[in-house]
Amino acid sequence: MKHTISVLVENEFGVLSRISGLFSGRGFNIESLSVAPTMDADTSRMTLVTRGDNRILEQITKQLNKLISTIKVVDFTDEEYIERELAMIKVSTDGDSRAEALRIVDIFRAKVIDVTPKSYTIEITGAPAKINGILELLRPMGIKEVVRSGPVVIGRGAKGALA
Amino acid sequence: MALTGSQILLESLKLEGVDTVFGYPGGAVINIYDDLYESSINHVLTRHEQAAVHAADGYARCTGKVGVAIATSGPGATNTVTGIATAYMDSIPMVIITGQVPTPLIGNDAFQEADMCGITRPCTKHNFLVKDIKDLAKTLKEAFYIARTGRPGPVLVDLPKDVQVATHEFSYPESVSLRGYKPTYSGNSRQIEKAAQMLLAARKPVLYVGGGVTLSSADSELLKLVEQTRIPVTTTLMAMAAFPQRHPLALGMLGMHGTFYANMAVTECDLLIAVGARFDDRVTGRIDSFAEKAKVIHVDIDPTSIRKNVEVDLPIVGDLKDVLGKLHGRLNQKPELVEDMVENTSEWRSMIDEWKERHPMTYRSAKSTIKPQFVIEKIAELTNDDAIITTEVGQHQMWTAQFFPFRQARTFLTSGGLGTMGFGLPSALGAQVAFPDRQVIDISGDGSFQMNSQELATLVQYKLPVKIAILNNNYLGMVRQWQQMFFDKRYSQTVMELPIDFIKLAEAYGATGLQATKVDEVEATIKKALETPGPVLMNFKVSREENVLPMVPAGKAIHEMVLAS
Repeated sequence: MKHTISVLVENEFGVLSRISGLFSGRGFNIESLSVAPTMDADTSRMTLVTRGDNRILEQITKQLNKLISTIKVVDFTDEEYIERELAMIKVSTDGDSRAEALRIVDIFRAKVIDVTPKSYTIEITGAPAKINGILELLRPMGIKEVVRSGPVVIGRGAKGALA
Repeated sequence: MALTGSQILLESLKLEGVDTVFGYPGGAVINIYDDLYESSINHVLTRHEQAAVHAADGYARCTGKVGVAIATSGPGATNTVTGIATAYMDSIPMVIITGQVPTPLIGNDAFQEADMCGITRPCTKHNFLVKDIKDLAKTLKEAFYIARTGRPGPVLVDLPKDVQVATHEFSYPESVSLRGYKPTYSGNSRQIEKAAQMLLAARKPVLYVGGGVTLSSADSELLKLVEQTRIPVTTTLMAMAAFPQRHPLALGMLGMHGTFYANMAVTECDLLIAVGARFDDRVTGRIDSFAEKAKVIHVDIDPTSIRKNVEVDLPIVGDLKDVLGKLHGRLNQKPELVEDMVENTSEWRSMIDEWKERHPMTYRSAKSTIKPQFVIEKIAELTNDDAIITTEVGQHQMWTAQFFPFRQARTFLTSGGLGTMGFGLPSALGAQVAFPDRQVIDISGDGSFQMNSQELATLVQYKLPVKIAILNNNYLGMVRQWQQMFFDKRYSQTVMELPIDFIKLAEAYGATGLQATKVDEVEATIKKALETPGPVLMNFKVSREENVLPMVPAGKAIHEMVLAS
């Protein structure tokens, strides 16, 4: 089962390799990982998506907590949360397909952020399923490149989950 | 007062109570060694950086203090890795100081540069690269704190040369505050109450005790609990000395080379109380049939140990000294119930006694050749079971665990988790430095001994009277045993063809060498070694194809043992 885990870590030298090394060393899988500092310059937040049964997930959260640089770990899977991912998609367009591409962009509430006579570069934000959806529709036109950020998540409600 | 980085290091070590360090100098630590020249800190120069770390490890295992080792950058530092990984697998508190190239050169492939934080990340509890002299004192304080608290472990501090030379006002922090590191010491009282109830309800309980008991110095709490409840105790390799092996409730070691009765008791028990043990594969054998009739209580200070390998009915996270003490206290308030429980479990103890009688821990003695087990029994007898014993890794290690009746915690130093050949001699060296007046003996094999035999020089230089007993079968015996049992006796690369003259080797270093080739020479040889001042190497030419039994073949359940005939 897929799990999205948010990890608050000390923003210090080597912390990313401690986390990624933990996953590779123990044979846990990482589907995506995104990292950025928080409002507090001393801490960073990592959002990672992983898969595994309950026992593996229990080990993953325990092992993450065991790292000295880890301040807090939240597995969002059992909580109400909002998930967003950003993607930039470079798609080949000519003739008829230019108008069709713009219609798709409109339907998905995406944006065109760069244009050439033969291509559009599209920016889209949403749940990963929505991004998969637009990719499916754009695929027949010829996708030249896709850059995805990996999802980030935040809990619903007024309370902050991490700090 | 402003001090240099290397002075700050030495002052900090003193404030941490460190009086002895093990190490090896080099270009990137030459400033530290210059300050050591006039320091009150005692430095032991080993002949290899790996040995320095094993020596600090041995020192830590027998004293409970944090062991400290120093090595230079690059190859000096990479030589420490096996030592660090050994300590990590067995949760030994250590601080390893490595020199590093100056900060402006880091990443430039400078001479003797190695990324030690990168290399040791998976085998340290934590590590630090100190880039700024301002952070040095705080980092050292944190390193010692992390090493000795919670589940202990080795911490590496990588110290660039320019930081050693830079100067800064020295003030050592009084306390440590790490928001991401707060080990749980006190066991949850509701969980402890539940454990007490489970104990009282059990008919066939067994205590499965691991190295955590030694790390937490909880051996007296364990003994009290056992005396109170009469629950039989099986110990892992790491805990053989944490419970007196001559105690009537001691079942000896369990697992691959465990006793018949320990493995049967675990297989048949209805309650398994695991304390400070981690369900290692050498203990459990085939995991799905390990203690399959039992409810499991697992007490450990490290939450990741719990439910890592097996499902647990009652987890208790906490320090064993605290948890076992509280459990004993709770049961003390219910003397009638405890009495009933002892009564209700008497049949179980008789069953175990029957197993003990049916298949005692034994070997076939011989008159014509020296049996390695016999040598170990004789060493135990002639030292009154009271020596500090270290081992290397292999058959001799298992025989020591099986046949040496340990009776006091911190007297059996062996590489359990990593299984590091070459550990025994340097760790004996470290133990002898810690306890100059105690008898320290390295029980070794001829293969393992040669992995760090250069430390004979260190023993002689520092007049450390370590005795070494080589159980010499001219084989890499444990691998040979597997080849005999599972590979059609194809002894691929396990025959040590060259007959080494170990007596001459000892003498070349200025130590004493003795040899026994006949059964009736064994006792005299050991006596002579114990009486001879300084380091002594004993070479016992033992029965070559003796096997370690019982043995649970890999992949089998632990009750499916090959027994000694």
